[in-house]
Amino acid sequence: MPSIVKPLIPLATLPRNDLGLTPRNYEGAMSTLCAGCGHDSVTAALMQALFELSIPPYKVAKLSGIGCSSKTTAYFAGEAHGFNSVHGRMPTIATGAIAANRELHYVGVSGDGDSLSIGLGHLAHAVRRNIRMLYVIDNNGVYGLTKGQFSASADIGSTSKKGEANAFAPIDPLMLALSIGATFVARGFSGDKERLVPILKAGLSHRGLALVDVISPCVQFNDHEGSTKSYLFVREHEVSATDFVEPRETIVAHVPDQGVLAVPMHDGSQMHFRAVPAGYDPTDRAAAMHYLQDRHAQGEVVTGLVYADEGVPDLHELSGTPEGPLAAVPFDRLCPGADELARLQDSFR
Amino acid sequence: MKPTDIHDPGYYHQVVDCQWACPAHTNVPEYIRLIAQGRFDDAYLVNRESNVFPAILGRTCDRPCEPACRRERIDGAPVAICRLKRVAADLRGDVSDRLPRAPEQQNGKRIACIGAGPASLTVANDLLPLGYAVTMFEQHNVGGGLMRTNIPAFRLPAAVLDEETQIILDMGVDIRYDTPINSMRAVLDEGFDAVFVGSGAPRGKELNLPGRWDEVGDSHIHIGIDWLQSIAFGHIESIGKQVLIIGVGNTAMDCCRSSRRLGGKDITVIARRPRGFFKASPWELEDAEEEQVEILVNHAPTRFVVEDGRLTGVEFDILEWDEGARHSTTVGAVTLPCSDVILAIGQENAFPWIEKDLGVEFGEWDVPVVDETTMESTLPGVFFGGDSAFGPKNIIWAVEHAHQAAMSIHQHCQGLPVAKRAPFGMNLLSTKMGLSQWSYANDYNPASRQKMDHVELTKRFAQLDVEVELGFSVEQTVREVQRCLNCDVQTAFEAPLCIECDACIDVCPVDCLTITANEDEPGLKLKAPRTNADQGLYISDPLPQTGRVMVKDENVCVHCGLCAERCPTAAWDMQKFDLIVPYAGRSLPIVAVTSNGARK
Repeated sequence: MPSIVKPLIPLATLPRNDLGLTPRNYEGAMSTLCAGCGHDSVTAALMQALFELSIPPYKVAKLSGIGCSSKTTAYFAGEAHGFNSVHGRMPTIATGAIAANRELHYVGVSGDGDSLSIGLGHLAHAVRRNIRMLYVIDNNGVYGLTKGQFSASADIGSTSKKGEANAFAPIDPLMLALSIGATFVARGFSGDKERLVPILKAGLSHRGLALVDVISPCVQFNDHEGSTKSYLFVREHEVSATDFVEPRETIVAHVPDQGVLAVPMHDGSQMHFRAVPAGYDPTDRAAAMHYLQDRHAQGEVVTGLVYADEGVPDLHELSGTPEGPLAAVPFDRLCPGADELARLQDSFR
Repeated sequence: MKPTDIHDPGYYHQVVDCQWACPAHTNVPEYIRLIAQGRFDDAYLVNRESNVFPAILGRTCDRPCEPACRRERIDGAPVAICRLKRVAADLRGDVSDRLPRAPEQQNGKRIACIGAGPASLTVANDLLPLGYAVTMFEQHNVGGGLMRTNIPAFRLPAAVLDEETQIILDMGVDIRYDTPINSMRAVLDEGFDAVFVGSGAPRGKELNLPGRWDEVGDSHIHIGIDWLQSIAFGHIESIGKQVLIIGVGNTAMDCCRSSRRLGGKDITVIARRPRGFFKASPWELEDAEEEQVEILVNHAPTRFVVEDGRLTGVEFDILEWDEGARHSTTVGAVTLPCSDVILAIGQENAFPWIEKDLGVEFGEWDVPVVDETTMESTLPGVFFGGDSAFGPKNIIWAVEHAHQAAMSIHQHCQGLPVAKRAPFGMNLLSTKMGLSQWSYANDYNPASRQKMDHVELTKRFAQLDVEVELGFSVEQTVREVQRCLNCDVQTAFEAPLCIECDACIDVCPVDCLTITANEDEPGLKLKAPRTNADQGLYISDPLPQTGRVMVKDENVCVHCGLCAERCPTAAWDMQKFDLIVPYAGRSLPIVAVTSNGARK
């Protein structure tokens, strides 16, 4: 843990977003995670995404469960709402919160233990219901807080720090989500913010549940040779599906079949395009699942936006709830009295 | 871009902005830390090693370090480096047994120093411990040179000046008071092994306008530096009520403030150019205005008005300047009444006593031709330093000239080439004491610059020598030392250890780190755009996993060490940089570079 709090330096050159806020306005408490933890980079990417989208911190609700990943909601958007739930129950608490107030931006941060073991059922039903939130899984393949046992996302044959090989099949959250109707499925890598930030921004802008699995290496227990979730392994085995680009005026560029093409973007930066597999269609669910399985069989890690469908309504739309937040509905309308209840019950007879 | 060679002392030296800006390379962060620890003796000695006169300079230095200070770029106000120097000097105990001293056995070489100002005294300070016999010729009956004659006692008390000059004289200088030198030939004929000229720039500039030489007017028209000298020696004790000071440099500030103390009531400093183009240091202007001196801009003198044998005023053209104050047009004229005029429009070298056939060449403006590195004139064995070398500068430049001249003299006396210099060296040592523990206070303190308290106006005019600045209180000192950013504790990076986890980049409070593809500027894409091309870019070797490079923009790094604290592999380390400055007679500096001791 650092000896000091990240000092607030009053530099005049800090960038400002449309709200006049600086990136420093999106910070939270100092992280107490291990130095070099991938989760801190995910936190930094989340701050960057919220900053760039000019989302006011007080309009954000942060939700988490238990684990290293779930501590990180304390480390960004200090002025946001937050709920640190029981182990694995983050999606459930989120469902309730979203039902009550649809006006906030929901950011859930969970881990492979929280979401793929104890909370797997809760994750699955949140995906089915397509609640409108950004659901981030900080995925490192181990239980870091209990000193590095394999988690449910560890690949068969990948080894622990002591060299023991994992024997059980992994749960790929993207495959799982695709099989149960997910409308936005993406994977990022904590060591590559240039691509992670756009994915998170896309997720924050998505109509329903945006599931973003982020490979986030555990420097303490899973960054060794034999791990398939180390910085080095991911860098050497990363293949991309598609990248997300914010809607702007169209830039036409011809991407070669192989290699990388640099295209200047509207903000003066350059976006590097890699050729996606010929004919890859991020709106084709079956193709996306096939691609994920195919690459996994090759020992590769697919990153990027794998699947997205903006045509599916979220839970509120499906339920026909009022446009405003339920939390703001006046009490006499929310609870219209015994007569109204009796009338309702009669209608069911 | 090419990887940065951090084993070149020049790289990290430039990161220590104050030390880089100081002509004498004073190790400022080190002495500020020592003050913070209450080690005033040590802080004084760190100062004395490079600048020789800490107590004097702590009151009078031109402070080139302060505009350079990193803190200025952070919150707009530099650390009060000069005031802290005074704290070290004022609060020190007896350090006499730790000062350099002359050996009992001399080396048989004799050096003449002309003038007993800061330059000559520094030459003596550097050469006496090596066994040289130093003879110093001084025209007055007391040493100190311009520090005594031109800096008023209300800025520099005589006791402070006496103490630090006496330390050097007591090392064994053969000081000849009341001995003005009228002939360089005569000095050379005495057979000295080397001669050092540190006689300053003693001639104040004249203003040859109509009325200047009218018989009676002249006695009320004074040359600034001569007038200040007369006050210093007690020859002048009063001035008229209405005083005009022509010129707006630091001498003008001393003149107007002295006038205030000698009976002047209505004192006006006249500037040719607008504010922002004055030569005076901002703090000296501020102090003068606090004493209700008026500053009148855009006036150029044209005539001294002498009526009935009495100076009654000065005529001025009123000017209008273009942007940048390069060209002016006259838009009117005015006569300002006065009883006295003080001319403070500059000063120049004067060497009527150096015979032109000796081989000492003179260039433009009667300035001697002096090598900027060796300080040697065109006559081997004759060296210049301080204002006498290149015209008026300041005390700290005089000290640095003298250090260089002393090295040259030492070479010359051994028959070695004078231009040969030992290189700068450095020590680079990890400050790591444990997990997230450093041997320096790494937290950023948001305190604002402390304001120096002054003696009340009514009290300070009672006597000529009431020191105006009170010095920092304990509380002010405690706050001010914490504003220093420890720029000498360097961020050192070992590329082979980096796993590119981005932790350092995320935690940096000023966004000065970037991992990016290595390109030449301006293609290099940094996290925060580079805004100060004078500051270094630290480019690492290629990183092991992706071949990208770590880039650090040194400009606004606050040396908080968070990058090193969040680094899982100790690729970043905070290492204390000690510049080893060569001085006369010191053996070659030791270059000790340590790695951070982490696995490779």
